[in-house]
Formats: sequence, C-alpha cells, structure tokens
Amino acid sequence: MSNTTISPQQGNKKFLQKLEDMGVDVQACYQCGRCSAGCPITEFFDLTTMEVVRLAAYGMEERLLESKAIWLCAACETCATRCPNDIDIAVLMDVLRELALRKGVTPAEPRIPTFHQCFLSSIEHWGRAFEVGLIAGYKMRSGDFTGDMKLGMKMFSKGKLSLRPHPIKGKAEIKKIFSGKGKEYER
Amino acid sequence: MKLSYYPGCSLHGTALDYDRSVQEVCGALGIELVEIPDWNCCGASSAHMTNHEIGMRLPLRNLLLAAELGHDVLVPCAACFQRLKAAERSLKEEPEYWDIEGYPEDLNIVHVSSLLAEDSVVNKIREQVQVRFDGLKLACYYGCLSLRHPKITGVINYEQPRTLEAIVESVGAQPVSWSHKTECCSGSLTMARPDIARRLVGDIVDAAKRAGADGMVTDCPMCQANVEGRQLDLASADYLPVFFGTELISAALNGHYPAKQKKVHLVDASVLDEVLNRAPQSREETL
Repeated sequence: MSNTTISPQQGNKKFLQKLEDMGVDVQACYQCGRCSAGCPITEFFDLTTMEVVRLAAYGMEERLLESKAIWLCAACETCATRCPNDIDIAVLMDVLRELALRKGVTPAEPRIPTFHQCFLSSIEHWGRAFEVGLIAGYKMRSGDFTGDMKLGMKMFSKGKLSLRPHPIKGKAEIKKIFSGKGKEYER
Repeated sequence: MKLSYYPGCSLHGTALDYDRSVQEVCGALGIELVEIPDWNCCGASSAHMTNHEIGMRLPLRNLLLAAELGHDVLVPCAACFQRLKAAERSLKEEPEYWDIEGYPEDLNIVHVSSLLAEDSVVNKIREQVQVRFDGLKLACYYGCLSLRHPKITGVINYEQPRTLEAIVESVGAQPVSWSHKTECCSGSLTMARPDIARRLVGDIVDAAKRAGADGMVTDCPMCQANVEGRQLDLASADYLPVFFGTELISAALNGHYPAKQKKVHLVDASVLDEVLNRAPQSREETL
C-alpha cells in the first residue's frame, strides 16, 4: 500500500473530472455501506467497496489503482444496483481498471488482468472467443500451468472445448475496434 | 413470431447444448430464429472491465448487424444480453460518442427467459408438454447479468425475479424459495482465482440444498459451467446438477431426457431421468 496522504486537498482533479464525465457521482455517497454489505467478494478485498467510493470522492487515484479490490471485483453490479444514491459503482470499478492498465500500474492481482488480456487477444484475433487458445495463452502468460487440468480434460471429453477457432469474416472491422482510436478515449 | 438470434461465443463453445435446446424449444413453440450473420463476440466482462471503447464497440457492431435484419433480437446468454443492452443504452443516451446514424428506436433486445415466461408462451408450453416433472424441486438461479444493472437490463423485479420460476412451473416442477437466486458465482474470476469461485459456488449450492432442491436451473451459460465445474473441487460429493431452463422444456416437450444430453453435465444429472421414469408417460393420463 502506498504512503499517500488521504485527504480531499491532495485529490487528483483530473481523475474527479473523468468520473464526472462518466456519470459517476461519487460525492453523493453518505457511507450507508449497502455496497459493501452486498458485495459477494468483500472478504477477499483489501478495501471495502464503500472505501473505494470514499477514496474516489477524495480523488485518491493512486491508492485505488494499486488496490487488489479493483481486480477482484467480479462486475456483478450488486453494489451499483443497491446504492440508494444511484452511484454507478460498477462503472467506477471499470474506470479504475482501465486507468490502471493505461498508466501501467503494477496490478496487485496480476493473474486477473492477464486473463482479461488473453480473452481480448482471442477476440481481436478471431472476432469470437476461442476457448482453448485463450486457456493456453493464459497458462503461458500467468505461469499457472497445472491449475484446473482435470476440469479442462473433463470439459474437453464432454465436447465443451473446440480445438478449432471460429473466425468471423469481418475481422478487419474487429481490428479497427482494437486500434486504440475513438472519442471514448478522450473522455 | 420471427426473431433475430444472437447465440454468442459460449453457445458455440462450452454451452453448445444450450444453443441446441434454445433452437429446439423455439422451433416447437413456433418462434422462428434467424441467426445474425457474422456476429462477433460481445466482449463479455473482460472488455468492459478494462477498456470502455472496445467494450462498447464490440456489441455495437452486432446491434448494427441486427438492425439490418430488423427483427427483435433473442439472446440466451446473460452476459451477451447485458453487453448488448449496455451498448444500446449508451447509443441512445450519449450518441455523441459513437457517430452512428439511423439506429432503429424500436428494436428490442430480449433475454430468452423473459420471452419464455410470457403468459402466452407459458400457456403454449403447458399445452404441448408430453410429460411433467411432478415432484422435482428446483432452485432457480439467475446470477447477475440478465438482471443487473436494472437501468441497463430494464428488469423490474431484479431482486426477486420470477421468469425461471414460471418456466419451471410450466413443466410441472416446483421452484423452491431460497436465498441465493441472484448472488454472483464469480464466473469472470473463475480461471484466475478458482479459490474465490469455490467459496461462492459452495455457498450458493449449500443454500439450494438447505431449501430442499434436487437441482438448479439457470439461463446463464457461465453460471451453468462454473457452478457445476467448481462443485467438483468441493469436499462434499453430493453434487447438484445445473440445468438450462430450455433443457427442461425440451425434455418435457419430447417426453424424454436423452442420455447424450445427460452426459454433457459435469456432475451427475440423473435426477431428471428418475423423475421422468416415475411420471405418467403421457399428458392424457394426468387429465
């Protein structure tokens, strides 16, 4: 954990502006704790969901990007659904993960972003997810060679894993989507 | 009724049988499906969790292909449904980011269970069933993404949904009242953090057992694979099979549960057979 002072005076104004542009009103939080109470992963988090929202309201970007919580969040959207102040905490988590990757912050849970990147490479390449390729890529990049071998073999034996990808015709359109252009990046 | 069909990657991979049962059930109920040509992956959780632009552009391409066909779009996968709906919402509420002209206002994206739980469809299923699953107790498990966030999905009863219950009742089985209907199984983390998935799946399955369920029913292919698959890691070998709603309807309409389909499950799924074997073989006998 970083030694950043937690104070609204030290807050990152650009970060707060980004949240405002994305329609996430973190200032509306009155710390009722419904987000943390409903979070299915909370026992594995280093920051509770409510603490994530509070730190965001203070503009404590650095502290958040270094947290495990942003990666362990499963995007189930229970927190945002139950927030009485309509704070879109699910979008907040998306923004935090995207910023962490763009800024090259070392992820506190490296295997999770590695999985996401392998999944996205598969789509970028074929236009559709190719599960066997994705699993192989993840194993190589994460170093987790032995995990879930039995489950994988069982799924394969039941015809759930195809050895061939299903490429689409419009691969060029998909490449364009992945090209890193688009107004969204300026938001 | 004619609908465009967006199967999504899971239904062409780990959940091939879900694709088959959706098509079969729709065919039997007179719902014509036209698969969207050259559809691409919706990006699932990984895209929107790490890159907003990509997370929106991937489903948008599918919406534009669907707009060319013009029919409402049927989506069986909960994650695909949520991503297509999220893209639709953004397209309508903040069109300035996407530069897309002429997207139809009235094109509906429909999740398979809301379609099958419509009164007229339920009545049709009831009329056509060859056999009823009397005495079979099932825990209806929705998971997350067909429900949340309600401002994306448009679902009204997002805490106590009833669509799977209506489907279960239409084939004569009994839905149980239980606590974990809409809890997350952590499907998006299952590969990178299997320990978390084991914990969540364990809690969900225990809750279903406490309610007296013989099995579970879902409409999400990630939940189906994760809840069955992660049970294999648990200490208790008293596994609960997870059926697709359409799998149940298909068996009820055909009057039998094929051995080939039973074998697709990662845990023992013979409970369906057992109920069928003791059920009256034709609907007339029950009248």
